[in-house]
Amino acid sequence: MQNQIHKELPKDIRYIDRESIDFPSKLLELPDCPKGIYVGGALPDPSRKMVAIVGARMCTAYGRATAHHFARVLAANDVQIISGLALGIDGAAHEGALAAGGKTFAVLAGGVDICYPRSHIGIYEQMKACGGIISEEVCGCPPLARLFPKRNRIISALADVVLVVEAKKKSGSLITADFAAEQGRDLFAVPGRLEDVLSEGCNDLIFQGAGIAISPERMLESIGKTPKKSDNSMNDVQNVLAREENLVYSCLSLHPQSLENLCRETKLSISTVTEAVMRLQLRGMVQEIGRNRYFLKKN
Amino acid sequence: MFSSIMSADVRGIVGVPIMVETDVSDGLPGITMVGYLTSAVKEASDRVRTALKNTGISMPPKKITINLSPADTKKEGTGFDLAIAVSMMCSLGMFPKESIQQMMFLGELGLDGSIKCIRGVLPMAELAKKQGCRVLILPKDNEVEGRVVEGLTCVGVKTLKEVLERILSENFEIKEHQVGMKRAEDKELPDFSQIRGQEGLKQAAKLAAAGMLNLLMIGPPGSGKTMIARRIPTILPPMSREESLEVTKIYSICGLLPPGEALINTRPFRAPHHTISVSAMIGGGKRPMPGEISLSSYGCLFLDEITELPRNVLESLRQPLEDQQVQISRVGGTDVFPANAMLIAAMNPCKCGYYPDMNQCHCTSTDIYRYLNKISMPFIDRMDLCVEAPRVAFDELTGEAEGENSAQIREVVLCAHQMQEERYRGTKYRFNRDVKGADIEQFFFVGKKEKHLLEEAFERLNLTARSYHKILKVARTAADLEESKEIQERHILQAICYRNVDRKFWAV
Repeated sequence: MQNQIHKELPKDIRYIDRESIDFPSKLLELPDCPKGIYVGGALPDPSRKMVAIVGARMCTAYGRATAHHFARVLAANDVQIISGLALGIDGAAHEGALAAGGKTFAVLAGGVDICYPRSHIGIYEQMKACGGIISEEVCGCPPLARLFPKRNRIISALADVVLVVEAKKKSGSLITADFAAEQGRDLFAVPGRLEDVLSEGCNDLIFQGAGIAISPERMLESIGKTPKKSDNSMNDVQNVLAREENLVYSCLSLHPQSLENLCRETKLSISTVTEAVMRLQLRGMVQEIGRNRYFLKKN
Repeated sequence: MFSSIMSADVRGIVGVPIMVETDVSDGLPGITMVGYLTSAVKEASDRVRTALKNTGISMPPKKITINLSPADTKKEGTGFDLAIAVSMMCSLGMFPKESIQQMMFLGELGLDGSIKCIRGVLPMAELAKKQGCRVLILPKDNEVEGRVVEGLTCVGVKTLKEVLERILSENFEIKEHQVGMKRAEDKELPDFSQIRGQEGLKQAAKLAAAGMLNLLMIGPPGSGKTMIARRIPTILPPMSREESLEVTKIYSICGLLPPGEALINTRPFRAPHHTISVSAMIGGGKRPMPGEISLSSYGCLFLDEITELPRNVLESLRQPLEDQQVQISRVGGTDVFPANAMLIAAMNPCKCGYYPDMNQCHCTSTDIYRYLNKISMPFIDRMDLCVEAPRVAFDELTGEAEGENSAQIREVVLCAHQMQEERYRGTKYRFNRDVKGADIEQFFFVGKKEKHLLEEAFERLNLTARSYHKILKVARTAADLEESKEIQERHILQAICYRNVDRKFWAV
């Protein structure tokens, strides 16, 4: 039967049996260890640290930016990033790692040959070259809802540390967190404002004893790495801004602001505010979400 | 005896002459009507005969043949009744043919000889003048409408008897009085100063009004999208007489003229419900009538909740928005109606309406994708400006500060309109929105520094080539609003800020 599967495998996908020496040893610790895994691209390097970054699909701009930032800094420090290729936090984490030129892995619920969601085909293809795609399901298996919790156990098992960026009270990310606790992985959560629905899960994890993810540098220290110095050029850039731009910049945060709010807070006219905010956007310091909602781009 | 007199019908928004010919001869008594008539016109014979009887005119036992010429176009409606009656009286020898020369007759008859109002008087009155008529006899209720046409004597009549008396005495004197031009200010109109906050939205509305650009507003429920839309006509400069005439004609054809009002001189504002059909939107029917898009000509067509509009209705708007006219082809011929309204559309950002406020929005990304997919990209491409309507904070709502009022904004917009008029004098264009093709480079010239900024924006924001022209158009309008001859950097930045959405808009 094994042979039959091998015959049907697409060219760039490998099957790695539980008995094989290539099989990740971390997975063997699982009580319900998969019989084998399918891999597109490379397997995680067991000599390097692995951090799982997970979170909600429908996340806030704050969550997205945070996930991207953490993944970028961690990957730049030779840490591998693993996640689930989903929309929202997962995608942002993969993108962040790829932006830093690091290795990143995705564990899919369905077959390795099916990119789900379709819109992440770009990241999917890139990851085959800079990392890998992993699944325990056979090729061609559709991403069925019941497979997702199962795949979460593999994400947490392959990681040394699990970071939850944004999660509602009942969500798949918390399932991953539960697995992480069971498997004895370190768990970190990004704190959020008390009234934010998407931070409720994270704040709850922190209450239960998860580590507070204040910065990627602090996380690196906790896994025994010394973070490389990153150049903080953003503060210098702020010095060359025009007065109005500076005023608008200081009113912006990771939480999206409407033109309306910026107008009111800066007491500038609408045309001045739009001009300033557009200049900031063209400089790459500000990002837009939806229409006319602006937030700081974390660098 | 034979007689022929002039009446008229309407095709599209222009009047066409119809000759009513009557012949009275010996033969089997009766009335025969010919000339490609619908039943409403054929029934005229009974109405006319009874009305004549009740006016005191007895019909001789003769064969009467009535022809409506040209006989190859379909004739509908009841507006020929009066002409048929007068033509019959003339054929019966009640007055000489000469006494009704150069006259046109319009009106529907009641059985008692009363004359009732009809639709489409204004285009027909214009035709009467063009055909060299000296007198137009029309229903009293339509009198003010006909008087809008200068150099034509319009006599409003109430009964057939009055018509006969006037013809016999050759008395077409009318009490001269100025056509009542109601000032727009006389009516209670909403005002921009009633809106607190919403600065971005107001600025976009100003730009839209200045360049007659199409505006898309996106925002949660209750953020004031409808409020702004209702106030946009109040910041548009008053219509010129030609514009008023054209709008009045359309309303006249639809029978929507307010009673006693001769000329419509407030900009139309139409807000059809989203259950509207294609024919109601762009016009239609067996005998094509103007739709909402034509009824809002020179004014605003406001479509709330465009995601709820049937897809075929939205798609049917594409061609009219591009050509600024609607062509409706039926078996009987093709009619053309004007459609140069500015389109104001409003929608929620997602199904529940709160995205990107993740504390309130509970849509999944599939929900949002499905919601947005209800509007096609070609339709979105027709929009020039797109702006968010954020929810207004409480203190802003109750704050004392009052913004500019409509009259102040109108002044500025008027200046912008004048600048465009000057710029496009001698061309086929009127507003920035009209400029197309190769002329874009000429009229929307940008300097070196500005061009560099545009290039940078394109790279950074992944804009499409299509949006380039839109941005220039809006930037030119922003410059017009400030009475600036050149397009400057700040105008371009403003235009980019209110640029049209693209598919990736909501991508999380």
